[in-house]
Amino acid sequence: MAATLSPPRILPSGDSAITVEFSRNIDDAANRRVLALDRILAREPVAGVTETVPTYRSLLVHYDPLQIGFDALSEKLVALAQLPVPPTTKARRWRIPVVYGGEHGIDLEDVAKALNMTPDEIVARHVAGDYRVAMIGFTPGWSYLSGLDPSLHMPRRQNPRLLTPAGTVSIGGVQTGVQCLAGPSGWHLLGRTPVRTYQLHRDPIFLLEPGDRVTFSAIDAKTFAEQDRAAEAGKIVAELIAA
Amino acid sequence: MSKLVISAIGPASSVQDGGRHGTQRYGLTPSGAMDMLALAVANVLVGNPTLAAAIEIGPFGAAFKARGGAVRVALAGASRNADISGRAVAFNTSMTLADGETLTLGFARGGAFSYLAIEGGIAGEPMFGSLAVNARAGLGSPYPRPLQAGDELQTALASGAAERRLDLPAMADAPIRVVMGPQDDEFGDATRLFLDGEWKISATSDRMGYRLEGPVIKHLHGHNIVSDGTVNGSIQVPGNGQPIVLMPDRGTSGGYPKIATVITADLGRFAQIPAGKVFRFKAVSMAEAQAELRKSAELLRTLPDRLQPIENFDLNIEALHDANVAGAAVSAVDAGTWHAPSAADVEVPD
Repeated sequence: MAATLSPPRILPSGDSAITVEFSRNIDDAANRRVLALDRILAREPVAGVTETVPTYRSLLVHYDPLQIGFDALSEKLVALAQLPVPPTTKARRWRIPVVYGGEHGIDLEDVAKALNMTPDEIVARHVAGDYRVAMIGFTPGWSYLSGLDPSLHMPRRQNPRLLTPAGTVSIGGVQTGVQCLAGPSGWHLLGRTPVRTYQLHRDPIFLLEPGDRVTFSAIDAKTFAEQDRAAEAGKIVAELIAA
Repeated sequence: MSKLVISAIGPASSVQDGGRHGTQRYGLTPSGAMDMLALAVANVLVGNPTLAAAIEIGPFGAAFKARGGAVRVALAGASRNADISGRAVAFNTSMTLADGETLTLGFARGGAFSYLAIEGGIAGEPMFGSLAVNARAGLGSPYPRPLQAGDELQTALASGAAERRLDLPAMADAPIRVVMGPQDDEFGDATRLFLDGEWKISATSDRMGYRLEGPVIKHLHGHNIVSDGTVNGSIQVPGNGQPIVLMPDRGTSGGYPKIATVITADLGRFAQIPAGKVFRFKAVSMAEAQAELRKSAELLRTLPDRLQPIENFDLNIEALHDANVAGAAVSAVDAGTWHAPSAADVEVPD
């Protein structure tokens, strides 16, 4: 198996980080290799590596050049990336409640029109999905999920919104995602979750890890309001189905 | 305990330190000082750990009052007029505010950020090992937001130690050095334009990113890539071809190609370039970038060795300004044009 793995591209990200690139596209196999290398580095730490940031298609490895040089680290990373992808350990599996449409998902109707479906069909396909946290990035807890039903793929908005609400669940391109904080977004807003993927003074502060599995469940507005209050008070309202 | 009360302060001023590390995989950016060397100089002068939390002061004026006892402080970074109750004080020098005295600062000159370190540090609750303000994430201590008039920072009573100064060689007004990549292959011949061009920092810049104005850098294959990780100093090029240099409050990932990355040794000097001043980039090898990083780490490590007693000091404020860390950015552009153009002028009353 190992012999069939193509080596990743090693790209300098300045003088203190290396991008280990497995693909230029969103690619589930590449993402698995990213997460595998991330796990390998956690299991067998390389002196000088200070932090790793897994993304869809590459692993960003921050390092301290006072401890290890670019060439030496590059060689190590290429070698470690050749190790067989460890069998997926039992990933944590979360069920995340979402109130779809209406004021909570202002783009649901337009998405349905654009895709020639009813809003209910969109929701049915979205909750039927079995997603993987491919990466977390941009802002705290913003979780990018792979595994969106191809019939729901659609280009991002022409004009990104400068402010979308905290807890927004949206789709963009071939992805779906959960954002934690209010912020700009060019994706289509399907709904909102009361789940906080990032919450200070809660244990854990960050709920999701890259590699976790996620499914969604539809809730009504009243349930959303109740769970939102509970979440605000620090309760984890996402359901951990398997640990 | 003493405290430092903020009587007046402009926007873009916040408590910053060496930043928080290890959380980028969760989308939480490091934050931390825009100019780490200036932060370190201010801290070393008052005997603090090099990257302890201090006040990062944006381009506008500010005023600080000691309450409850004497407070020992030091200023470094972008120079500006500074006085304690009417008597001029110097940068890169420790000084003590007696209980009730006010330190008044004017606009930044020839730089963007000054650092006010306080002996004994700033009392606060670290999150992920840092007090650094990241307003978007609701993080930072004692206030998880930019500082405002009326804020109070708890600190130690001044030790009464002899005042000290610290001289650094003037920094050359040289090009900002970059390592090409990770996506310079998305630009072809336009990389030449990037390296040959004259650039200015736009007034809409902030702690997330500095927007550049200059030649239009065209992409070979469009301006969208699949998001990947960013670092401090990543130079991404969005659709309009005007690069954005990502700063400590950046997003941890981004979907625009990154043509190059500012080398670590030049990040502070870059952060201090005033809006509107012309500068250039220069590509260097990885070996050179890492050699420069080792040099600046060595400088940081040996800063305490450079401390001198104040007695031998012939006070010449102009000379100090010239020798100042940020003195490299020579043209004294009116700091009022910097950052949010609508920001109110907060020159201190009376």
